[in-house]
Amino acid sequence: MPRYFTQDHEWIDVEGEVGTVGITEYAQGQLGDIVFVDVPADGRDLSKGDEAAVVESVKAASDVYTPASGRVLEGNPALADDPSLVNSDAEGEGWFFRLTLSDSSELEELMDEGAYEAFVAKL
Amino acid sequence: MADHTPPIVETREGVPVPAEADPRGGDLAPVVPQEGEELPPEPLPLDAWHRARGARMVPFAGYHMPIQYEGIMAEHLWCRSHAGLFDVSHMGQVTVTGEGAGAALERVLPGDVTSLSEGRMRYSLLLADDGGILDDLMVTRRSVPEGAEEFYVVVNGATKYDDLAYLLDVVPDEVTLNLADDQALLALQGPEAVAALSRVVPGVERLVFMTAAAFDWQGHPLWISRSGYTGEDGFEVSIPAEAAAAFADALCEQPEVKPIGLGARDSLRLEAGLPLYGHDLDPGVTPIVADLGFALSKRRREAADFAGAARVLAEREAGPATKRVGLLIDGRQPVREGADVVDADGRPVGRVTSGGFAPSLGQPIAMAFVPAAMAAPGTVVALSQRGRAHGATVAPMPFVPHRYVRQRS
Repeated sequence: MPRYFTQDHEWIDVEGEVGTVGITEYAQGQLGDIVFVDVPADGRDLSKGDEAAVVESVKAASDVYTPASGRVLEGNPALADDPSLVNSDAEGEGWFFRLTLSDSSELEELMDEGAYEAFVAKL
Repeated sequence: MADHTPPIVETREGVPVPAEADPRGGDLAPVVPQEGEELPPEPLPLDAWHRARGARMVPFAGYHMPIQYEGIMAEHLWCRSHAGLFDVSHMGQVTVTGEGAGAALERVLPGDVTSLSEGRMRYSLLLADDGGILDDLMVTRRSVPEGAEEFYVVVNGATKYDDLAYLLDVVPDEVTLNLADDQALLALQGPEAVAALSRVVPGVERLVFMTAAAFDWQGHPLWISRSGYTGEDGFEVSIPAEAAAAFADALCEQPEVKPIGLGARDSLRLEAGLPLYGHDLDPGVTPIVADLGFALSKRRREAADFAGAARVLAEREAGPATKRVGLLIDGRQPVREGADVVDADGRPVGRVTSGGFAPSLGQPIAMAFVPAAMAAPGTVVALSQRGRAHGATVAPMPFVPHRYVRQRS
């Protein structure tokens, strides 16, 4: 299952037409203790780069942008009760939302894991 | 992902802070310097000490300061249950010395300064002629060998140079002002602070809240007060810069003590209901509006002889139009500095000046200025943040009870 990354520290896993989006391990480390996540409503249509979610740490709030366009299938229901899942497992259980991709060619503009690691190393 | 709320930064003219930056300007996680922000290279005495302990350093009040070590939540809770060591060396330590020093300070502070006895301290406010708050501070009478009058004043880091300039205009020629840039300032806060510090500096346990005295540690002179800004029992230690790292090591060798960053310092003081200058207090706010009427000493009110007295005393008499209050926020999403308090029609009638998640309470809290009619505890208020509505209830402060030690055990 290919995984892509954005310069804004989102990741997206793609399986067929469905993408799963979250924020990266690097991003959660920068944010610190996460206390609240606002995920997009089911059925919401998103265009690549739209503000799709909000993540709040003890010290700050940040927008999460969707790496690709599509219709939201579901937000991660587990984050409402336990937003710290994003700290403990940012690139797994701490996913934010799934969406049905409307234009998979958008993924070509994203980074693969190696390119993202190189990008983060320079920050 | 992009940061759109300010990290904890003291504001000051000339120092751009994230709050004033383009809210969509950065594509990085929070608490990194905003583009174009230039800092003086001058490191504080414990700069290398913090870095060696894995602190994340951020620009603050013109310096690099540790925002966190292991994480804000863990540090916050450690301080509430054990003891936390804070480096507050960015703050201004000012001595005001000479005949008439107390009387001179009273021209711009509404508290009773001249009647403080040796080693007694008081929270006070530096007031402009219109009663606006230029800074908040602690003032202590200190004994000096020559028997001259001396006060030790601790002011905020971001305002210290402006404060000095203002005080220079106020004090007579016989009174000298000295900013002790060669002194570090450490705070040890928490219920176990007294156990830890008294092992390193025997005798500090005899101090009670808001008293101070001189001590010695391995030949270095210390000035220690039983005070702080977390709501917990604790101490503040002024120490020569060259001894600060060794002293911080000696404290952190105590099992009760961990270093704590600015992030937890902010959430601790917010839970304690204590205002932060540059956020909850600024020159547009007067003592009564800020709900700091306790800082107006009775003798000073009767004499009405401090800067801004006419306006401040009139507000005290008539009641202020707006007031600083605490808010318990509905739900789990924090409402932060800059959010509006709105009326039934959605029109702004007040503003949130501090807000965040309260680790000890497990819920978001805030401080806000609201119209007097909405200031009573229990009042339900509506807030608007980035176009979204939030509910809140006015709550008495402190949110977490103060645990100051006022009597010797």
